Amino acid sequence: MSAVTEETPDTIAHGPDPHAHDGHPPTNTGVSNAKIAMWGFLGSECLLFGALISTYLLYRGRSVVGPFPKDVYDIPFTSVSSFVLLMSSLTMVLALSSIQRRDERRLRVWLLATALLGATFIAGQIYEFTSFVHKGLTIHTNLFGSSFFVMTGFHGVHVTLGIVMLITLWGMSMRGQLPPENAEVVEIVGLYWHFVDIVWIVIFTIVYLIK
Amino acid sequence: MAAVDTHNDAHTDDAAHAGHPSELVYIKVALGLALATGVEVLLSYHKVGGEHGTVALLLILAVVKFATVVMYFMHLKFDHPYFRRLFAIGIVLAVGCYCVYLSTLHVFHRPPLPH
Repeated sequence: MSAVTEETPDTIAHGPDPHAHDGHPPTNTGVSNAKIAMWGFLGSECLLFGALISTYLLYRGRSVVGPFPKDVYDIPFTSVSSFVLLMSSLTMVLALSSIQRRDERRLRVWLLATALLGATFIAGQIYEFTSFVHKGLTIHTNLFGSSFFVMTGFHGVHVTLGIVMLITLWGMSMRGQLPPENAEVVEIVGLYWHFVDIVWIVIFTIVYLIK
Repeated sequence: MAAVDTHNDAHTDDAAHAGHPSELVYIKVALGLALATGVEVLLSYHKVGGEHGTVALLLILAVVKFATVVMYFMHLKFDHPYFRRLFAIGIVLAVGCYCVYLSTLHVFHRPPLPH
């Protein structure tokens, strides 16, 4: 794939880049513009979620009226949800591996499995939010409620968008519009999906596990 | 270690794409992540080394899980260094900026409100 390498100052100085033109049109940098855009976007998303998590930490323990975290959290339930989201990262990477091996049937199976695991996580989040409201915690109740619902709600919206992307890829594959040559599309959606997983790794530890 | 597995696994010829690991490596990584999550949950119930020790252990486990997903599932370990730098910029800016912000507001050293 890297037989044709552009003579940029970098390649002249260091020789051909082993990553160059790996399944994408030639670019000045030798790496995919779409992947650069996705990594740049994910870098900026770190700042967005950093702001939301920092706000939660800032308001942690500052609520003057309940319910407080210890009154509403169900750690075993959230642990199962976290496990489900973690396993969806495995199915996502198996979907990418399948299309790279030109196995479109397995690609569709793993894409659907990832979307279903994501939907299970969202269903768990809806159940959790509902149970919190029944216990008297809403977004208006106190500082904990405001910061918690905004942070986890933003994450839930990201997961939901990821599910829409996965189902779109599945539909494209069903119609024959996702040939193995376009594996990079699956890789880019996968990067987004893994990102929502790593954000949840941080939220799960900081918000739920650290008392 | 996993980089060695990448070349030794039977599936390598089929699965390897741009130096990506085999499916067996992905499954091993996912099992490790699941195990780490189980340890985290146990730690939240059974404190080890007091409150500060438990918090430190939980944070270390979260960082290890985060890095493992980024390196293996997101392929930063195997992809072009450009991507690593781009993501590192976001992470370093976010962690640095918000740590300074929270420290300025004494979030790490303030007494809890009496409930």
